[in-house]
Amino acid sequence: MNPTLGQTPSQTVGPFYSMRLGEDGQNVIPTPAEGGERIVITGRVLDGDRHHIEDALLEVWQANPVGRFNHPDDRRELSLDPTFTGFARVMTDFETGIYRLETVRPGRAPDPEGGMQAPHISLIIQGRGMLNPVFTRVYFSDEIEANKDDGVLQAVPEERRPTIIAELEPGSDPKTFRLDIRFQGEDETVFFDV
Amino acid sequence: MTEPIIRHYGPRAYSDHPPFRYPEYKSTIKRSPDHDLLKIVATLSETTGPGPAWSEVSVEDADLTTNATGEPALGERIIVTGHVLDEYGHGVPRTVLEIWQANSAGRYAHWRETAFPAPLDPNFIGVGQCITGEDGEYRFITIKPGPYPWGNHPNAWRPSHIHISVLGPALGQRLVTQMYFEGDPLLDLDPIYLAAPPHSRERMIARYDHDVTTENWALGYRFDIVLRGELSTLEEVDEE
Repeated sequence: MNPTLGQTPSQTVGPFYSMRLGEDGQNVIPTPAEGGERIVITGRVLDGDRHHIEDALLEVWQANPVGRFNHPDDRRELSLDPTFTGFARVMTDFETGIYRLETVRPGRAPDPEGGMQAPHISLIIQGRGMLNPVFTRVYFSDEIEANKDDGVLQAVPEERRPTIIAELEPGSDPKTFRLDIRFQGEDETVFFDV
Repeated sequence: MTEPIIRHYGPRAYSDHPPFRYPEYKSTIKRSPDHDLLKIVATLSETTGPGPAWSEVSVEDADLTTNATGEPALGERIIVTGHVLDEYGHGVPRTVLEIWQANSAGRYAHWRETAFPAPLDPNFIGVGQCITGEDGEYRFITIKPGPYPWGNHPNAWRPSHIHISVLGPALGQRLVTQMYFEGDPLLDLDPIYLAAPPHSRERMIARYDHDVTTENWALGYRFDIVLRGELSTLEEVDEE
């Protein structure tokens, strides 16, 4: 069956989206009842000239620490604190272009082939000058074994994988992972057609 | 253990959307990808999404004409209604629409708006939200936003528009669009509107609907929003 209706075109969120999509405090996902390891993910969002993007919006979607999503389709009998949304909205700092997400490390969720994905966080990035959202993922540099088995990560050409693996900052507490998001150039972040 | 449902969605129809880079809209030049997008087989991470949980904790705040102070905002009061549908015509139930816009003078109540000397209205903040019903229908009341100048090119003006954000049930359905008004002479001069292809850009125009107009109170506009849809049979998945 072919679609009967055409998709509504995407448009930029513009410079004023934070009126609705960026209230203070949305960059923190609290620890659910299951517990979980507090982590920080931070970095800069950079344009094709490697200037920081002062008004990017990162929307975050992740599984809880045992790997379950707060979504009606995830019917697995795993613990889920209903107050854990797995959702955050993070704005880059207007002066520096730095984003900072405070969350819990996600667990492993299943892949379509019956295996398990590596822990990861899904990101949707939007902003002024972006007519469409871009989708990417954040993996973790200390999940070496799990990353080897991850179908999505392994589908990325090897030389581009570092663009979506956040690097653990040695000695950080809480554990802090750094990942810059870059538009254009050889080291451009991998963006997915999901 | 009960298995998760992994739904299969049709593709994001990139040919119906603007390109990432549209040089007439100058800010896209350095903020667009160089590489092709990498197509992946959607996993539970993409076929789920924050929409249901976020909609669950969202509450209706659908009258922007009074939600700032309780006193009426200035300008042309309008009713906007329609359905959120998937591309097969199914209503998308219980999903939140998040809305932001300029006031009747074209001024945003935002700290970054400093260049345009149009008045703020203390009784209008220009933000709200509404949640679709079981059949995907939504409705909100607002003030028709004014056009405003921007710095893209000399004497550039944005047509009147309302920003609308829809999460939908799946991450891959994410849509932020802008709703425009039929007959606006600025549409054909606006590179953001024109960035959408000719065959699809009119899907962003709200139509005046006299059946929505309420006597002695407000004009009515109808605007449907169409998201990617779920393929319904395995056969279709195979064809994809």
